[in-house]
Amino acid sequence: MTSLILFAPLVGAIVCGFGHRFMGERAAIILATGILFFAAALSWLVFFRFHGETQQIHILRFIDSGTLSSDWSIRLDRLTAIMLVVVTTVSSLVHLYSFGYMHADPQWKEGESYKPRFFAYLSFFTFSMLALVTSDNLLQLFFGWEGVGVASYLLIGFYYRKPTANAAAIKAFIVNRVGDFGMALGLFLLFLLVDSIRFDDIFARAPALSQMSVDFLWMSLNAAELAAFLLFVGACGKSAQLFLHTWLPDAMEGPTPVSALIHAATMVTAGVFLVCRFSPLFEFAPVALSIVAAIGVATALFAASVGLVQNDIKRVIAYSTCSQLGYMFAAAGVGVYQAAMFHLFTHAFFKALLFLGAGSVIHAMHHEQDMRNYGALRTKIPITYWVMLIGTLAITGVGIPLTHFGFAGFLSKDAIVESVYAGSGGSGSVGFWVLVISALMTSFYSWRLMFMTFFGSERGDSHAHGHAHESPWTMLVPIILLAVGSVLAGMVWYGDFFGHHAHEFFGSSVFVGAENHVLEDAHHVPGWVKASPFAAMAVGLGMAFLFYIARPGLPGALARTHRPLYLFLLNKWYFDEIYEFLFVAPAKSLGRFLWKKGDLGVIDGTLHSVAMGAVPFLTRLAARVQTGYLFHYAFAMVMGAFLIIAAIAVLGSG
Amino acid sequence: MNVLSIMMFTPLVAAVVMVLFLRGEDAAAKRNVRTLALVASSATFLISLFVYAGFDPSSSEFQFVEERSWLLGLNYKLGVDGISVLFVMLTTVLMPITVLACWNVEHRVKEFMAAFLVLETFMIGVFCSLDLVLFYLFFESGLIPMFLIIGVWGGKERIYATFKFFLYTLLGSILMLMAMIGLWIDSGTTDIVALLGHSVSIGPIEIFGYSVPGGLQTIMWLAFFASFAVKLPMWPVHTWLPDAHVQAPTGGSVILAAILLKMGGYGFLRFSLPMFPVASDILAPFVMTLSVVGIIYTSLVAMMQEDMKKLIAYSSVAHMGFVTLGIFAANRQGIDGAIFQMLSHGFISGALFLCVGVIYDRMHTREIDSYGGLVVRMPVYALVFMLFTLANVGLPGTSGFVGEFLTLVGVFQYSSWVAFFAATGMILSAGYALWLFRRVVFGDLVKAALSSISDMDRREKLVFVPLVAMTLLLGVYPSVVTDITGPSVQQLVDHVGEALQESQRSVQ
Repeated sequence: MTSLILFAPLVGAIVCGFGHRFMGERAAIILATGILFFAAALSWLVFFRFHGETQQIHILRFIDSGTLSSDWSIRLDRLTAIMLVVVTTVSSLVHLYSFGYMHADPQWKEGESYKPRFFAYLSFFTFSMLALVTSDNLLQLFFGWEGVGVASYLLIGFYYRKPTANAAAIKAFIVNRVGDFGMALGLFLLFLLVDSIRFDDIFARAPALSQMSVDFLWMSLNAAELAAFLLFVGACGKSAQLFLHTWLPDAMEGPTPVSALIHAATMVTAGVFLVCRFSPLFEFAPVALSIVAAIGVATALFAASVGLVQNDIKRVIAYSTCSQLGYMFAAAGVGVYQAAMFHLFTHAFFKALLFLGAGSVIHAMHHEQDMRNYGALRTKIPITYWVMLIGTLAITGVGIPLTHFGFAGFLSKDAIVESVYAGSGGSGSVGFWVLVISALMTSFYSWRLMFMTFFGSERGDSHAHGHAHESPWTMLVPIILLAVGSVLAGMVWYGDFFGHHAHEFFGSSVFVGAENHVLEDAHHVPGWVKASPFAAMAVGLGMAFLFYIARPGLPGALARTHRPLYLFLLNKWYFDEIYEFLFVAPAKSLGRFLWKKGDLGVIDGTLHSVAMGAVPFLTRLAARVQTGYLFHYAFAMVMGAFLIIAAIAVLGSG
Repeated sequence: MNVLSIMMFTPLVAAVVMVLFLRGEDAAAKRNVRTLALVASSATFLISLFVYAGFDPSSSEFQFVEERSWLLGLNYKLGVDGISVLFVMLTTVLMPITVLACWNVEHRVKEFMAAFLVLETFMIGVFCSLDLVLFYLFFESGLIPMFLIIGVWGGKERIYATFKFFLYTLLGSILMLMAMIGLWIDSGTTDIVALLGHSVSIGPIEIFGYSVPGGLQTIMWLAFFASFAVKLPMWPVHTWLPDAHVQAPTGGSVILAAILLKMGGYGFLRFSLPMFPVASDILAPFVMTLSVVGIIYTSLVAMMQEDMKKLIAYSSVAHMGFVTLGIFAANRQGIDGAIFQMLSHGFISGALFLCVGVIYDRMHTREIDSYGGLVVRMPVYALVFMLFTLANVGLPGTSGFVGEFLTLVGVFQYSSWVAFFAATGMILSAGYALWLFRRVVFGDLVKAALSSISDMDRREKLVFVPLVAMTLLLGVYPSVVTDITGPSVQQLVDHVGEALQESQRSVQ
C-alpha cells in the first residue's frame, strides 16, 4: 500500500504532464488531483493502522559498487507515517485549490496551456517528497532531497517570463545545493566509517562512532559529531535556517499554492524530518545537537524580526515559516524530537491555511500582494477572513493556559517552549527567552497582517477593491478543511506526540538516549513557563492592535525615528547584499579573470609562443586544406602514422 | 573472423564503398550517402549488441579475444573486458544518432559521412585493441578524421582550432610513443594482456642529480600521462577543447565530447593505473591537485562564457576532472564512478551539444545573448534541454548523479580535502548550467529574430529519444553499468593493491 502511495503521484505527474494533449487539459488535471486524494486517503489509513513496527519494502536495486550497495526501498515507521499524512493531505488540498487559483491566470496569454504543467510539477514534487520520507538509506533520501529541490526550482520559476521568478528559482536551487554539499559530505563520511549507507547499519554503529575520531580537512573530530553536523548543514539548506535561509523569501515568486505546499507545509520541513530521522545519531552527538538548537533559536528570532516590517503578504508568511522552522529545530536540538514533529505536523495545517488564505486574498485583489494596498476586506471576502482568523489564532498560539485546550499552534509551540526550558537550563536559558520573545513577534506580525488586510480603511487601487470577490468553492473547501485541522490537530494528537504515551507512539522511529529525560521534564516545568508563550502572544496582539487599529500613525512615526533599525529589518539584515559581495561577485570576477588571464593569457600565450616556430609550416598546411587538398593532407597523416608503426615493427622484429 | 573485427570494420568498409562507388552531387546521391551512413552505423550497433549479449559480466577476463599475426611481425589482437566493453557500446550507440543529427549537412556530404565512419572504426579499435602498436595506431589515427571534420566543416576560426588541437595532441603522442617503445624494450612484448602482468622496475633513477622516486615506472607514467591528460583533457592542457568545440560542426562536437575525450580516461585505466601502479600511487596527489583545481577553475570560467558551446566545453573539462579523481583514488567506488561518469557524460554532453545544434541550425549563432524565451515557442526543446541541463548538474535520478556520486565516495576515502573541494563542483555546476538555461530558454521571447523560430521536428525528436532513455535508465538503475564493470574493476583494484604492497615489502 505504501508503494502505491509513493508511485501514484509519479503516475499522475507523467500522465498529466504528457497525456493532456490526448485526454484534454481538464481531464488531465482532474486525474492528477484525483490520484492525490486517493493517495491521501491511503495515507490516513496507513497512519491509523500503523502499529509501531518498522517495515521495509524492497523495490529495486539502486547503486551497487563493491561494498556500497543501496536499494530503492520503503521504510515505514511512525515518522514516515506522519510525513505521509502531512505530505499527501496538504498536497491533495493544494491540487484542488489550484483549480480555482490557477484558473485564468493573468501571467499567461490567451490560449497558452499552463495548467497541466503546473499540476504535473505539483504531483512530481509530491512524489519526490514521498521518496524522501519513505527512504531507507541515505542515497534514496538524497534522491528525494534533490528531487524536491528541482520541483521547487521548477515551480518557483513557473512564471518563466518574469525575470524575478527565474532569478529566485536559481537562487533557491543553488543555496540548497550549498546545503546538499554538506549533506553529501556527511553521506561520504558515514559510508567511510560504517561501510554502508543503510539507516539501520548507521544507527547501529552510532554509539561506536561517538567513541571514534576522524580526520577531516585539517581537523581531527569526533566521528558522530562531524557526521551529524554535516547532515545538519543539508537540513539548514532545505529548511531555510539561518545563513542558508535567503532563498525562501524569494521563493514567494512562485504561484501561491506552491508556497503553501512546498515552502510552508512539506519541503521546508524536510530538514526537521532529517534531524528526527537521524535521532539515533544526533543523540550521540551532543555538540552537533546544541548547534542545531542554537541555529534553530537564532533563526526563530531573526526571521520573526524581519517579518515585523515586511509589506508583501506572502513574504510575511514566508518569514513566519522560517521562524517556525527555527522552533522545530530548537526542539530537536534539546532532544525532544517528538515536539519538533508535533509542531511540524500542526504547522503544516495552519501554515498551509495561511498561505492558501493569502492566496485567496491575492486572488480577490487581482494579484496585488502589497498589504499597504489592502484594508477593510473583512466584509468583501468573509469566508477568507474567518479562516485566516483561525489560522492566525493557531499560529499565534491561542488557547487556555495551563490546559490542553486550544488551537493547534498553542499546543505544539508551547510544547517546544517548555522543552527548551527543560532541556537547556531553566530560567537562565537564553534559548527559552528568545523563543518567548519570538512568540511575541510572531503574534505581532500575524495580527499586523490580519489588521492591515481585513480591518481599517481601503487603501490603494479602488478598482481592485471594488471588484474584490470571494473565491470559488474549489479554493474555499481546501482552506476550510485546513481550518478544521488547525483547530483540532493540536488537541487531538497532543497525547500521542507529546503527552505521556509519546514514547510508545513513536516507537523505535525516534531514538532517545538513556539520559535524555527532557520530554518528561518538560511536563513538569513551572506554571509561569507554560503560560509565558500565551502572555507573549497577548502582548503581541495588544501591540499590533495599538499600531494598526488604535493609532495607525504610530508605525510610520516609529520607522522614521528608528530609521537604521527599520532599514536593517526591512532589508532582512542585509544578508543578500553581504552574500552578493562575499560570494557571487567574487565568483564572477574570478571566473572572468581565470578565463581572460589564465586560459587566454597564460596557457594559450605559452602555447602560442611555443608554436611560433611551427607557424610557417602550419600556414602552408592550412593553405592546402583550404584549397581542397584535404585528402592529400589526410593521406600524409596516415602515412606518417604508418611510418611510426613501421619503425616499431622493424625494431620489434629486430 | 571474430565479431569484434566484423563490428570494427563495418563502418570502414561502408566508408570505402561510399567514397569509391557513390558519385554525384545531386539530392538523390546525397540521400544515398546519408542512408548508407545510417545503415552502416546502425548495423555496427546491431553487431555490438551481440557483443553485449555474449559478454559474461561475471568474469574479469578479456572476452571475444582474437589474435593473429599481421604485417611486419606485428600482432593483431582484439578483446574486451568489463572496462572497455561499455565504451564500445557507447561508440556504437552514439554513431547512428550522430549521423541522424547531421542529416542536414549539405557541404561535401560524402566526405563528411565517410570521415565519421572511418572515425568510428578507429574509436572502436582503441577500445578493443589488446596490442600496444594497434592501440597506438588507432589512438593516433582517430585524430585525422576529427581534424578534417573540424578543419573542413567547421566555423570561421576552424584552422586555428585545428592547429591548436593538433599541437597539443602531438606533444602528448610523441611522449607516449617513446614510453611505449620503452615498455616494449623493458618487457619484450607488445601484448597488452601480458603487459598487464608485467611489472616495470621501480628502482630509483638519477636524472641530473635528482633521484626520481618510482624510477622507470614514474618516467613512463609521465609520458603516458602527457598524452592522456591532453586527450581527456585535464587542466591546464585543456584550452584546445573549447576552441575545437566551438569550431566543430555539431556532429563533430558530439563525437568529440562523447567519445574521443573518453580515450584519455580509458588510457589511464588500461595503462597508467595497472601497468604503473606504484607510479600512480606516487603521483596520485599530483593528479588529484590538477583535477580539483581543474574542476573549480573550469567551472568558474564556464560561468562567464558568452558562447553556448564554449560553456558546455568548459563544463566537460570540469566533469572529466571527476573522472581522473575517481581513477586515481584507485578504489572500487572511485573507478566504477569514473567509468560511469565517462559513459554518462557521453550521453549528456552529446545531448547538450545536440541541443545547441538544434538552435544553431535555426539561428546560426551560438551567442547566449542572442537567445531568450525559447520556451514560449519551443516547449519540447525546452523540456529536453532542461532534462540534460539537470543531468549535467548531477541530479539524482539521472545518470549524471551516479558518476559524480561514486567518484566522490571513492575520493573521500582517499582524502577528505580533495572530496571537499571537488564537491564544490556540485554547487558551481548548478550555477553555470542553470544560468545558461535561464538566459537561453526562460524569460519572455522579445527578440524579433526569434519570433518565428520553430520547435524540434520529428527527426530532431527522434535523435533525442535514445539519449533521454539512457540518461534516465542509467540514473535509476545504474546496475546495468556497474554489474558489468564490477568484476574487472575489482580485479584492477586488487591488482594495484597487491602491487603497492609488494613494492613496500621490497623497500623494507
